[in-house]
Amino acid sequence: MSILKADHLTIRFGGLTAVSDFYLDLEEGELVGLIGPNGAGKTTVFNMITGVYHPTQGEIYFRDQKITRQSVDKITALGIARTFQNIRLFANLSVIENVMIACHLRIKSSVLSAAFGLPSYLQEENYIREEAEKLLKEVKLENFKNYVAGGLPYGEQRKLEIARALATHPKLLLLDEPAAGMNPQETKELMAFILEIQEKYKLTIILIEHDMKVVMGICKRILVLDYGKTIAEGNPEEIQHNPEVIKAYLGVEANYA
Amino acid sequence: MSLSIFFQNLINAISLGFLFALIAIGYTMVYGVLRLINFAHGDIFMMAAFFVFYTMTIFSLPWGIACLVAIVLTMLLGLSVERVAYRPLRNAPRISSLCSAIGVSFLLENFAVVVFGGRPKSFYCPEFFTKTFILGGVRVLGINFVTPLVSIVFLSLLSYLVYRTKNGLAMRAISKDFDTARLMGINIDRTISFTFMIGSGLAAVGAILWASRYPQIWPFMGVFPGWRAFTAAIIGGIGSIRGAMVGGFLVGFISIMLVAFLPELAGYKDAFIFIALILVLLFKPEGLFGEE
Repeated sequence: MSILKADHLTIRFGGLTAVSDFYLDLEEGELVGLIGPNGAGKTTVFNMITGVYHPTQGEIYFRDQKITRQSVDKITALGIARTFQNIRLFANLSVIENVMIACHLRIKSSVLSAAFGLPSYLQEENYIREEAEKLLKEVKLENFKNYVAGGLPYGEQRKLEIARALATHPKLLLLDEPAAGMNPQETKELMAFILEIQEKYKLTIILIEHDMKVVMGICKRILVLDYGKTIAEGNPEEIQHNPEVIKAYLGVEANYA
Repeated sequence: MSLSIFFQNLINAISLGFLFALIAIGYTMVYGVLRLINFAHGDIFMMAAFFVFYTMTIFSLPWGIACLVAIVLTMLLGLSVERVAYRPLRNAPRISSLCSAIGVSFLLENFAVVVFGGRPKSFYCPEFFTKTFILGGVRVLGINFVTPLVSIVFLSLLSYLVYRTKNGLAMRAISKDFDTARLMGINIDRTISFTFMIGSGLAAVGAILWASRYPQIWPFMGVFPGWRAFTAAIIGGIGSIRGAMVGGFLVGFISIMLVAFLPELAGYKDAFIFIALILVLLFKPEGLFGEE
C-alpha cells in the first residue's frame, strides 16, 4: 500500500526553484535514501512533506489522503515525524520533558480541565510520563531522563531526537542526516538502531544522509537530487554506477569504493 | 524613621510588589511565546476594573461574583485581542505586530473614554480591605493582607500550570523553538490563546486588587501600572516568569521605599524606576533572570 505520494512537487522561493517536479511513491515499510550535494533541496522536500513549506505546485498524499497545505501539527497528528540536520531539541528542558512534549498529541483533555486539575487530566498527565519513560528506556536514555537535553553527548542527543519523533507515534519517519558528526562506531550503532526501530514500530523511513556507508548499507532504494531535480533513482548498486550521480558528486563514489 | 513606620512601608512595598508581579507576568508570558510586547496589556488591566464596576452596577451582582465574571470577561478580551490584532500578523514583520499592539492600546483607552466616560469612578471594595489593623504598633490596611495572599495563590497556580502541566510544557516548548514545537504536534494557535487568557486573567486579578487599593478607576488607569510592570518584566528578564516576579518586587520596593526614605524625591518615583531599567539594560541587557 502506498503510504506517501509526492506528486510532482515544485517549490519556488522568489526566482529560485528549490525543488522541481519531485516525484516519490513510497510503499509502506520502505526505507528510502535521499541523497545529493549540499543545497540540492533534500531538506526542502522534508519541509514540504511536514507542511512547514507549501509546494508551489503539486500535491502530497499520505495514505491516500491529501495533506498539501494542511497545518504542521495536523500532519504530525496524522503520523509523520521528523528529526533535524542540526539537532533541534528543546535544549533547556529535561530529556523526559522533550519526549513528553511529543506525547501531547494523544492527550484529549481541554485547557479548562488542566486549569482546574481535574482527575481525568491528571490521569493523562501520568500516562504521558509513563509513556515517555518507556520510550527512553527503549533508546537506553532512561538514566539521563532528568538531565538537561542540551547537556547530553552529541550522539545521545541524536538518539533523543529520534525518541522524541517516535513519541508522536509516526507511521512515516523522516531522518535528516542522523549520522552527521558521529564517529564510525556511533554511526554503526545508529544504523543498527534505525533498522531496529523500523522493525519494532513498523515504520516507513526516508533518510537524508551524506555518509554513503549508511545510505548504501541500509536503504533499498535511493533517490538522488541535484539542483532540485531528481537525477537518479534505483538500488544502491545502480546509484553507485550511475554516471549522472558520479558527476554530481565529483568523486564521492571513488571514496566509497 | 521609626521601626514601626519602616515595617508599615515594608508591608506596603511587598503588597505593591505582588501587584506588579501579577501584571508583569502577562507581558513576559506573551513575549515568551510570540516575541511580542503586548502594549495593550495595561489597558486590558483597566478594562478588568470596569468589568467589575459594570457587572456590579448593571446586573447588581455581589462583589465576589462580579470579580469572577470580570476575570472571565478579561480572559476573553485578551483572547479576542490576540485573535483580531496579532494572529493575522503572525508571519508579518515583528514591527507590524508591535504597531498593532500600540493600536489596540489606544483603541481600548479611547473606547473606554467614549463608553465609560473620562471621569473617574469610585470602585467598591469590601470593608475589610480599607480597615486599618494595628499589629504591634504597625498599622496595616486590610488590602495589604489580602494582596499577598491572593497573589501567592494565583502565582502558585501559575507555576503549577507552567511547570507541571502539558499546556505549560507546550508553552515552554513554543517559547524555545516555535517551528519544532509545531512539528511535535503542538497546536500553536491554541497554546497562544491559552497564554493570552492566563496573562489577561492575572492582569484582571491585579486590577481588582489595584482598584481596591486606589479605589478610583478611569480609562487611563492602566497606563502607568502597565509601564511599570513592563519595566519590571524587562528588569527581571523578559520571557522569564521568575524574572517577572522578582522585577515586580523590585519596582514595588523602589516605588514605596523611595517615597518613604526620600520624600522630597517622591515626584521622581517613576524616573527612578526607569533609571533602574536603564542600569539593568546597560550592565545585564538580558535582565536578571533572562536568557542570553
